[in-house]
Amino acid sequence: MQNLLLLGDEAIAQGAIDGGISGVYAYPGTPSTEITTYIQETTDKREIRSDWSVNEKTAMEAAMGLSYVGKRALVCMKHVGLNVAADAFINAAITGINGGIVVLVADDPSMHSSQNEQDSRFYGKFALIPILEPSNQQEAYDMAYTGFELSEKLGYPILMRITTRLAHSRSGIIRKPQKQQRPISLPTNRKQFILLPAIARQRYSALLAAQSEFEEQANNSLYNEYIDGVNKKMGIIACGLTFNYLMENFPNGCEYPIVKIGQYPLPRKKIERLIDECESILVIEDGYPLVEELLKGYTGKGIQVKGKLDGTLPRQGELNPNNVGQAFGFTLEKDITIPEVVKMRPPSLCKGCGHIDLYESLVKVLKDYPTARVFSDIGCYTLGALPPYTAIDTCLDMGASITMAKGAADGGLHPSVAVIGDSTFTHSGITGLIDCVNDNSNVTIIIVDNETTAMTGGQTSSGTGKLEAICQAVGVDENHIHVCEPLKKNIDYIVQLIKKEISYTGVSVIIPRRECIQTLKRKKK
Amino acid sequence: MKIDIILSGVGGQGILSIAAVIGQAALENKHYMKQSEVHGMSQRGGDVQANLRISDKPIFSDLIPLQQADLILSLEPMEALRYMPYVKEAGWIVTNETPFKNISNYPNEADIEDEIKKHKNHILINIDEIAKEVGSARTANMVLLGAALPFLSLPEEDIEDAISAIFEKKGEEIIKLNIKALRAGSEISRNILNK
Ligand SMILES: Cc1ncc(C[n+]2csc(CCOP(=O)(O)OP(=O)(O)O)c2C)c(N)n1
Repeated sequence: MQNLLLLGDEAIAQGAIDGGISGVYAYPGTPSTEITTYIQETTDKREIRSDWSVNEKTAMEAAMGLSYVGKRALVCMKHVGLNVAADAFINAAITGINGGIVVLVADDPSMHSSQNEQDSRFYGKFALIPILEPSNQQEAYDMAYTGFELSEKLGYPILMRITTRLAHSRSGIIRKPQKQQRPISLPTNRKQFILLPAIARQRYSALLAAQSEFEEQANNSLYNEYIDGVNKKMGIIACGLTFNYLMENFPNGCEYPIVKIGQYPLPRKKIERLIDECESILVIEDGYPLVEELLKGYTGKGIQVKGKLDGTLPRQGELNPNNVGQAFGFTLEKDITIPEVVKMRPPSLCKGCGHIDLYESLVKVLKDYPTARVFSDIGCYTLGALPPYTAIDTCLDMGASITMAKGAADGGLHPSVAVIGDSTFTHSGITGLIDCVNDNSNVTIIIVDNETTAMTGGQTSSGTGKLEAICQAVGVDENHIHVCEPLKKNIDYIVQLIKKEISYTGVSVIIPRRECIQTLKRKKK
Repeated sequence: MKIDIILSGVGGQGILSIAAVIGQAALENKHYMKQSEVHGMSQRGGDVQANLRISDKPIFSDLIPLQQADLILSLEPMEALRYMPYVKEAGWIVTNETPFKNISNYPNEADIEDEIKKHKNHILINIDEIAKEVGSARTANMVLLGAALPFLSLPEEDIEDAISAIFEKKGEEIIKLNIKALRAGSEISRNILNK
């Protein structure tokens, strides 16, 4: 029976390992992080290349390089990571691939650990490539296992979309025999990867021509199943994981016909059969109403389509057995709520964290500058937005602290302060810093260096040991680059340091450096 | 056989190691299982939970539907209450009675206790104290797991084997300590149940 107890993320990792990848390229991001961690922990780096990339774009591009030489590459990221990698991702669909590529993107409906709940299937559709969406851990394994071959067979990258719930849920997995890695074999057509307009037009037209084959694959896919039912008043389309929430409501089998979707583009034949045989359609999908909008069309005429757009299912947040049940009118007799004594318990900075000492210093400084604003970024230090610090004013996307501080300074704000983490700085902060230097913007940039990527669990950070050198190399005056140790006893010193640099007209960088107490604790064990 | 458990606590308390032990024992018994966990932001001292579903038939949803949990197992009393909408009327709440106060508006302890007692089937235990008696505060999660044993319908030996397997790398001493903690927890809840 089942043998390995794995998280959805780990099942994908194991599937990719067994599917013959030569490398995984990824930047951490909840809920995708555990895929790469698993590969790092269970395989030899000389066999499968697995170190963290600087960001999602470098990951996607390096994977394209590995594919270029004929080998299989897995790319992993969270949903917002695909925004960063989008340029490479969309164009990879134009070039096509050589060795198989699966781009695994983990969405986070309900925003458990994210700043939005964008639906990556739109990116797959945008790029015009096939999408896989597993409904359970075994399918996740199987899709990762066969995804590279599918990619090679079609000649295009495959997008695999999961959500938090599957990523972070464990179940038993049955493995398949391990496949060999592919040897080096360079592309036969040397123009394939040169997207000059003349070539790109040909490639794009080939991609358009391939659409019917993608659809044919989807029609014949094991993951797109037509499950007949006796009651044709309604036909159901259940995408990915939502199939389980549906079946949870019908423990003895569902009376309505169902098309279970696990591979896109939609399997037209199966969908048309459902529409022909049923009086109305219910679409159940986690994320945005992608399938629902497709079926409904602009006018909404034709067969009645129910789902998120008409309020049958909630538009926001992840689906679950109960809100899917409500779509069938199943309600609970009693409404039980959380007792009033229960208070919210938001996440907070760990006791002893260096970010606390930095924020205590910064709050002291800011008291003397009522006009100051602090542009921050994404990481543990974003928790500085909460009391007792309430020290930061923004958090937009990775890297935006430095660039927003620059824009605000350009507009006359002073002091304009940026607070950015070390990993976020190398992810997307350096380019913005060059903009600041080139404009001699009047900004005070604080790179909070805990020597790790803490928020996502303590992965290595690309800039560790190199931050001052990087700042100096891009042109920050070395007299305005300072390192300090964020400790209670140093708060007065740090306060003076920040004040001094605020009074300097130009780019200054302060690097409070102290190792994350979580990674420190783990090392001591 | 089908049992739905909600494990709850505060990020960093170690509910996931309880889930890992039960999961391992369930698989040993050839049961199906699904275990949905919280990773990420909330692990920084926020409220965390795991949904653990074990059955002799295939399981669909990774999430337990409202009012269907057989057991809420919590390392923290207020966190047990957060999942009240999920427990069956006849289900059990087994919880640590020691609060974990990392918020300034933490409610009155007596009010929490009163609320827990409103649910007929409950067991409140001072897990931290027992863990210290066993020999290490860090075994608190195994004490709680022990207290849940009467409700798990999994053989006690299999749970002990799972502990040995999971803590294997940490050495014989740690395994012994954790099993001792498990037994201490189980004894307490059996005493309460037999009253
Ligand atoms: C584009 C993008 N990729 C990944 C993430 C996930 N993520 C959020 S914070 C973070 C790490 C930040 O590390 P660092 O800047 O060093 O700050 P720390 O958490 O260590 O304080 C990551 C990877 C994200 N939110 N957006």
